[in-house]
Amino acid sequence: MTTISVRLAVLLLPLLMASGAMAVDTARLDDQTQLPKAPKKVSGTKYFQPPAEGEIPNNAFGELVRRGQDLFMNTKALAPQYVGNEMNCVNCHIDRGRKANSAPLWAAYPMYPAYRKKNNKVNTFVERMQGCFQFSMNGKPPAADSEVLTALTAYAYWMSTNAPIGKALPGRGFDEPPPPKGGYDIGRGKVVYEKQCAICHGDNGEGKKVGVTSVFPPLWGKDSYNWGAGMHRINTAAGFIQHNMPLGRGETLSDQDAWDVAAFINSHERPQDPRLVNGSIEETRKRYHADDGVNLYGVTVNGTLLGQGVK
Amino acid sequence: MRDFGPSRRLALLCGVLLSLPLPALAADGEAIMQKGGANPAAMPCITCHGADGKGMAGGFPRLSGLPEDYLAKQLRDFKSGSRQNPIMQPIASALTDEEVAAVAKAYAQRPKVNVQATPGGRPVEGSGAWIALRGLWDRNVPECTLCHGPAGVGVGSHFPPLAGQSAEYIEAQLKAWRGEKAVAATKKAKAIPAVAPTRRNDPNGLMQHIAVDLSDAEIKAVAEYFGSLGDSKEPFDETQHRLR
Repeated sequence: MTTISVRLAVLLLPLLMASGAMAVDTARLDDQTQLPKAPKKVSGTKYFQPPAEGEIPNNAFGELVRRGQDLFMNTKALAPQYVGNEMNCVNCHIDRGRKANSAPLWAAYPMYPAYRKKNNKVNTFVERMQGCFQFSMNGKPPAADSEVLTALTAYAYWMSTNAPIGKALPGRGFDEPPPPKGGYDIGRGKVVYEKQCAICHGDNGEGKKVGVTSVFPPLWGKDSYNWGAGMHRINTAAGFIQHNMPLGRGETLSDQDAWDVAAFINSHERPQDPRLVNGSIEETRKRYHADDGVNLYGVTVNGTLLGQGVK
Repeated sequence: MRDFGPSRRLALLCGVLLSLPLPALAADGEAIMQKGGANPAAMPCITCHGADGKGMAGGFPRLSGLPEDYLAKQLRDFKSGSRQNPIMQPIASALTDEEVAAVAKAYAQRPKVNVQATPGGRPVEGSGAWIALRGLWDRNVPECTLCHGPAGVGVGSHFPPLAGQSAEYIEAQLKAWRGEKAVAATKKAKAIPAVAPTRRNDPNGLMQHIAVDLSDAEIKAVAEYFGSLGDSKEPFDETQHRLR
């Protein structure tokens, strides 16, 4: 090997590695629920209060935080190469990731790195966000050292200012309501959907856009989260819905209605789980869905096997 | 064919006539705008909404470019009383169903408001722009643009554009959804009775809750923000994203 070619190889190596890092080990991103359960808020106390946007400093760090917030709100517009559907971070993390019980960043960031039983590995916060891109946004995870994930990390870090490290805070995740005693009912959920949700999310869950910009996110179909996203679990969606939907009227639906409508939404086809094992829904269900909360992947509903995926 | 007498012929003639298009009787949206409906109580829209349909001072809203279904629903709601307004209720009630449909369609075909991608830059906490772009989530008030679209350009048939409307109109609507609370008597002033909301036609009560949770000052500030957006001369490139 000539000196020049060695030099070329050395120059190319970081590029190759960067592109290699794009293909994230999916087995490391599969799990979303292994953190200790967040405690209930003690009545009369407030949830953790993140700093105000006006407190972002006017320096290089502040610039990166603002860039992270912009990406958080406009993910599809500003990072289209990583987003495969019409979702943005802020769709599931209401109020720019600040709202309690809407998986706020200030409660998530201080809990990582975290060991996850399912993959028997310690996952970093960046790996957790890569999971969001791969599943919730049905896209390609940005590299760990990419500008996008660095900015989003800076935003989450800043928002967690004065939050205790490694302590589960009330308001983390979606505070899922317990499964209804009589179970959930997809048919009842359809009625709730038509009455409360269709006005924004559309009769066929397709969401609504202005021009090319998604305003109300699609809830199923090719432009929604895929079968590997945490939101495909009925229990998780029920928590999000009960606390946050309809927008501005959170905590008005009963736990039963939230479960029913979550089941209705998640009984529709959506993009395939990117971890699909040997092209087999059955194998994928056994490996990734059988013990992953309450979900309908690989289940036959009304005569149709779910988990076939849509493109 | 024996009974093919005069009455039968007349019936046939009427049948033929009815099957022909009857432009003189069909509701003409443009004509209703300019001259009013068939019933004289349905005054011409342009009197108050302007020749261009972009609204007029005094809180008369823009109608040009609003969604057809939204406009038709508002006229029906004025008729039913779920949206109350002393000027519009008699007018809407004087319009036939066909006229409502025609005038709504005609206004929907007029130009939409033109708004630049990101008007105003980053909002300052406590400002009207803040409520419009960030919301007041400690009171469960979403940012207006979350449902009315980035830059308030409107989304679908249920979330009309806020951009292009005057501050006066938006303030009046928020107060119409809210009503007024009763004020107890003091030594100096008499009690003021509560005023019930005059607008109850929002789907799923989405606006009533928001209006109730805003102060007078906040209502004024957010109305002024949207009132200030105006109608841009440069058209927005619809292949580009509008940023939040």
